[in-house]
Amino acid sequence: MPIITYRDALREAMDEEMARDENVILLGEEVAEYNGAYKVSQGLWDKYGSGRVIDTPITEEGFTGVGIGAAMAGLRPIVEWMTVNFSIMALDQVINNAAKMRYMSGGQFNVPIVFRGPNGPAEYLAAQHSQALQTLFVHIPGLKVVAPATPYDAKGLLKSAIRDDNPVIFLEGELMYQWKGEVPDGEYLIPIGKADIKREGEDVTIVTYSKPLRVVEEAAAELAKRGIEAEIVDLRSLRPLDEETIYRSVKKTNRCVVVDESWPMVSVASHVGWMVSRNCFDDLDAPVELVTSEDVPMPYNHRLELAVQPSVEKVIKAVQKVMYLV
Amino acid sequence: MSRVFTIEKYSREFLIDLLKKMILIRRFEEKAGQMYGLQKIGGFCHLYIGQEAVAVGSIAALDLSEDYVLTTYRDHGHALACGMDPKVLMAELYGKITGCSKGKGGSMHLFDVENHMYGGHGIVGSHIPLATGVALKLKYKGEAGVVACYFGDGAIHQGSFHESLNMAKIWDLPIVYICENNQYGMGTNYERISSVRDFYKMGRSYGIPGKQVDGMNVLEVYEEMLQAVRIARESGLSSFLEIKTYRYRGHSMSDPAKYRTREELDEYRQQDPILLFKDALIEYGIISEDDYKAMDNECKVISNNAAEFAEMSEEPGLETLYEDVLA
Ligand SMILES: Cc1ncc(C[n+]2csc(CCOP(=O)(O)OP(=O)(O)O)c2C)c(N)n1
Ligand SMILES: [Mg+2]
Repeated sequence: MPIITYRDALREAMDEEMARDENVILLGEEVAEYNGAYKVSQGLWDKYGSGRVIDTPITEEGFTGVGIGAAMAGLRPIVEWMTVNFSIMALDQVINNAAKMRYMSGGQFNVPIVFRGPNGPAEYLAAQHSQALQTLFVHIPGLKVVAPATPYDAKGLLKSAIRDDNPVIFLEGELMYQWKGEVPDGEYLIPIGKADIKREGEDVTIVTYSKPLRVVEEAAAELAKRGIEAEIVDLRSLRPLDEETIYRSVKKTNRCVVVDESWPMVSVASHVGWMVSRNCFDDLDAPVELVTSEDVPMPYNHRLELAVQPSVEKVIKAVQKVMYLV
Repeated sequence: MSRVFTIEKYSREFLIDLLKKMILIRRFEEKAGQMYGLQKIGGFCHLYIGQEAVAVGSIAALDLSEDYVLTTYRDHGHALACGMDPKVLMAELYGKITGCSKGKGGSMHLFDVENHMYGGHGIVGSHIPLATGVALKLKYKGEAGVVACYFGDGAIHQGSFHESLNMAKIWDLPIVYICENNQYGMGTNYERISSVRDFYKMGRSYGIPGKQVDGMNVLEVYEEMLQAVRIARESGLSSFLEIKTYRYRGHSMSDPAKYRTREELDEYRQQDPILLFKDALIEYGIISEDDYKAMDNECKVISNNAAEFAEMSEEPGLETLYEDVLA
């Protein structure tokens, strides 16, 4: 199977969907002539032209809203946020318009739009440019939220997101763009709302998604050397959430750690932790442990910024805790 | 473009100070670029090379004991022009505890509350209302100061700019909005994404007078700023300057800047704000070529010392992580 980068997987997904449906357009800052700030849209402007791959001014609220309006009227826009940090400027459009339009019009309007861009900490970018903001979106009914961690998942989920008749927030990661993985030739779709078991194990369930998957995989490899077999549940979709897959795993392992690079309070991690506690209560041998980022804005200093985020050591420690080894 | 330098109006000390500040920014930025290459500095690092006359000329018209400066992530030049210590700035770029923001802000977030340098802001357009709010405070308290708010040609389309100008006008706030039109927002030429060619006209729809200024002429920048500051100080009114300039380097260290031609860059290098001013000062007998070389060397030494100071400084300890989250 061909091995390609996460970045190329996203580009292939957009390319295939643009070729398939002329209503699909891409708009955002630097997406066209510059081929994307992170080169995700490389070549698309050459191929589809300025009518379909559109450079916008630096006006997130404006072009996000323009995308939503176009979607209400029948286009299927992909709006690229250069980074999700800048989407904060456009939150009104996403939350008050995209997420509400169908409901408050009694089902008259669909908003088939994808908002995508890199989310979460990168390196040396400090407080305003290095944030994991998924919670803001996951909180909102009327949105779907997807956060794939592998090239394979990224491609299949982005294609599904583009075909979905609802607004989908598609969260990537600057540091993930050069990650490589197998992606088959030819078309495939991954349904939104399905988690994936990335590693099977009997001893403990580690629920995670997006960039921390690598950290969790490393921790699992290390734990295996110590005789502990972790099962890794990669959520892939955050809303809707695949509760069944999580519960099935926890019922098998009886222990659960959730790893999430956003802040601890009111997070995907805290929500999953609560759901597992509630729905797997009789199966749990230990309270659920969470590994999140520290509850502070991101510092610039590299040593501090690494200390803020989930790490292999922190994951191992949490696993040891639910196994009463520390 | 023919440029006039009104050298005769100013004292030798003043003129030399302007030149020296520009050279210091240039050398500091070159050092920062070099240290970025050596991975002493990470992340986004936006150099100010080519734009020195804007910060130096305009901040020279301020009195920072009562005036205020707010700018973008491309903030090293403004910080130096505000008189911040190059050592403390470089230490911040290195992420050291001795940096102005204790290593937590980095290149994009330089702050100095005492010198009235109110940042160093990373979100395009986001600080324009903040600057307007500082002006509101000045008016509310009946203080004499003026706010200088810098932003790029890319930022001017954000709602925050337009909302701010309207408020500044209806409340008559003492602020000078300064668009540093270096012609590119990242890889996009301003003409490609703007319905208006001459930004200085944009203030007029809010009743705020605007002027286009040659950003390669430090004295012209100074004089236009002086006027705008006087209007703000004496009449409490806002104004808007579009200062035409150019950045020699890429948007940040990771941008190869392939969207512009070699010829275009060379054309601007011919109008280098430092060399133009130096030549004028030599022509008027204010300095000699040797004086210039001595100044240049001094600025190189200051920049090297800054890097050395940053290198020798400690990193912030892990115990600082939870410091300064809340007051
Ligand atoms: C709201 C927001 N959108 C996008 C960005 C990414 N970004 C950083 S600088 C920049 C270009 C800004 O250009 P301009 O205003 O001309 O300033 P210059 O960099 O030329 O000084 C962009 C798009 C950002 N920081 N904030
Ligand atoms: Mg610019």
